[in-house]
Amino acid sequence: MTVTETRAMLSVDAERSPGGRDRGPARKRRYTEDQVPLGRVLLRMLAGLVVLAIFILPYTIMFFGSVKTKAQIRSVDPTYFPTEWHWENYVNMWSTPETPLPQNLISTIVIAVFATLLVLLVALPAAYYTARFRFPGRMVFLFLVIVTQMLQPAVLTSGLFRQFATLGLIDTWAAMIFINAAFNLSFAVWIMHSFFAGIPKEIDEAAQIDGAGRLTVLFRINLPLVWPGIVTAIVFTFVACWNEFAASLVILSTAGNQPLSVALTKFVGQYETSWQYVFGVSIVAIVPVVVLFMLIEKRLVGGLTAGSVK
Amino acid sequence: MSSTTDTSSNPAGAATGRPRTGGAGRTGDAPAGSARGKPGGRDLAKALPWIAPALALILGVVLFPAGVMFYNSTRDISQSGVDKGSVGFDNYVEVFSFPYFWPIFLRTIVWVVVVVVFTVLISLGIAQILNKAFPGRRIVRLVVIIPWAASVVMTTMVVYYGLEPYFGVINKFLVDVGLIDTPEGYGWTRNPTTAFIWSIVIAIFVSLPFTTYTILAGLATVPGDTIEAAKMDGASPARTYFTVVLPQLRGALSVAVLINIINVFNSLPILKVMTGSIPGYDADTIMTMIFKYIQNQHKVDVASALSVVAFLIVIVIVAVYVKVVKPTREV
Repeated sequence: MTVTETRAMLSVDAERSPGGRDRGPARKRRYTEDQVPLGRVLLRMLAGLVVLAIFILPYTIMFFGSVKTKAQIRSVDPTYFPTEWHWENYVNMWSTPETPLPQNLISTIVIAVFATLLVLLVALPAAYYTARFRFPGRMVFLFLVIVTQMLQPAVLTSGLFRQFATLGLIDTWAAMIFINAAFNLSFAVWIMHSFFAGIPKEIDEAAQIDGAGRLTVLFRINLPLVWPGIVTAIVFTFVACWNEFAASLVILSTAGNQPLSVALTKFVGQYETSWQYVFGVSIVAIVPVVVLFMLIEKRLVGGLTAGSVK
Repeated sequence: MSSTTDTSSNPAGAATGRPRTGGAGRTGDAPAGSARGKPGGRDLAKALPWIAPALALILGVVLFPAGVMFYNSTRDISQSGVDKGSVGFDNYVEVFSFPYFWPIFLRTIVWVVVVVVFTVLISLGIAQILNKAFPGRRIVRLVVIIPWAASVVMTTMVVYYGLEPYFGVINKFLVDVGLIDTPEGYGWTRNPTTAFIWSIVIAIFVSLPFTTYTILAGLATVPGDTIEAAKMDGASPARTYFTVVLPQLRGALSVAVLINIINVFNSLPILKVMTGSIPGYDADTIMTMIFKYIQNQHKVDVASALSVVAFLIVIVIVAVYVKVVKPTREV
């Protein structure tokens, strides 16, 4: 399948809400045949605008704060909007005494990237095989996957702490890579499982009759078709690892090893917090993952709910 | 092109929890071994290379630490981490005899119930708005995602800053609209009660995107013609909503409530940022208390005992919830 075809598939999929194929025409009818009065459309737009304003508000405060000077952001009668725009904050913020922010950014990236790769490496074969073949213990395995979805690192932190201390992996990126991978595995398995299950088995069988081996079938026939599912799994895992907080807080004690989520909390309760830097770093950390999440908007719900409903 | 259509429609089926159609889907739902003869040990051996890595990760990094946690909850572990032998249930006694335990326990219930109830109610409203066609809807839907993707720590910190006396902009806004009298503010983040209430507000805010999206997915499955029919019969929009639409949302709401309960119960960053610097235990939940045992008091053994309690609470909530609401029931 070529790139353009995949694109087309993605966009076809994107047009469709999670209701499935049968919903397409129904929704179209509502768009075109119903003549909605202008007043009502304006009312809906107003409601939409209110929702938009509420959801964007904290991040607007964050952004405006990030370009204020320390004197402005800590002035007794603050202004809502920055009076001057100090873009140099985005350069200066990386050298603050509270925590080594460049290292924290690197930690965040390394942990998130490797945990995501590990999830992909481990979840892809499992999702493929459980969707395609039956074997004794298959339901037990899938049940285990659901159980991990119900558990979060926070509730197991004391156990994780002791285990990784015994292994000598406390305060290492490796520990956080394993933890993030393990707790995000279930979403990846479920979303990819449902995509694999959606490919008619006949396609596999036809390829096998033509002499293709199992791995060839997986890589050449199936993977191009489940690509949207893989992208969803990658993005969701990456964003979750990027923002992980509870386990990192306990496992990573050296300042330089900590991800941004943990490092930034050190600014709270300081006598003179450099809020403009906190917000600058936050903006840098938030924008990429927000864009990633927006790319998989239509499939965000699927992987989270599929497991629970099954 | 036909295979393309199949691919795109099936994950959609998964999203709504309907049983998947097609050959591969059938194998998942029928009891094992009914159609194709008995699968034997050889099949398992063949499957292992494919599932073993995932299994290893789940067993090694989720279930084994859970076991370690249960074991540690009965041990005496020194501050430096040396295991000094069994103490039976002493750690549990310490957890339950802590004078603040029951207030913390009750506060945890308030935390979960209030956040989840308000999240679901507000999300129902937002989903209703976003389900209607209007110019710019797509942008609004995308913006709603932001608190979901953004780090909860960072979202919380901006609110914490905003509430600061004198220079916080939320505080200033509250002064400007006349809700509070002095720019000194209310000491929002200094007082455990107000800090806790603001934490609830933040928790609701960051839970809205997922909940709204789940409800939107549910609304998408409500057939347009049943709504048409209700309209034809002269039902008011409100009546249509409560008698036709809401019952169809049962599945989506069940999933949303369940996942929210677990998320909110396990939530740490909001309270850690908002109330972490307040001395005492008047704004703690079970989860923040676990971390206080680990980080401030270096009592991993007592933390493990409280974690086991938390773990059991999660399991009980999930079990009771599944039993009462039966979220797996096909609607």
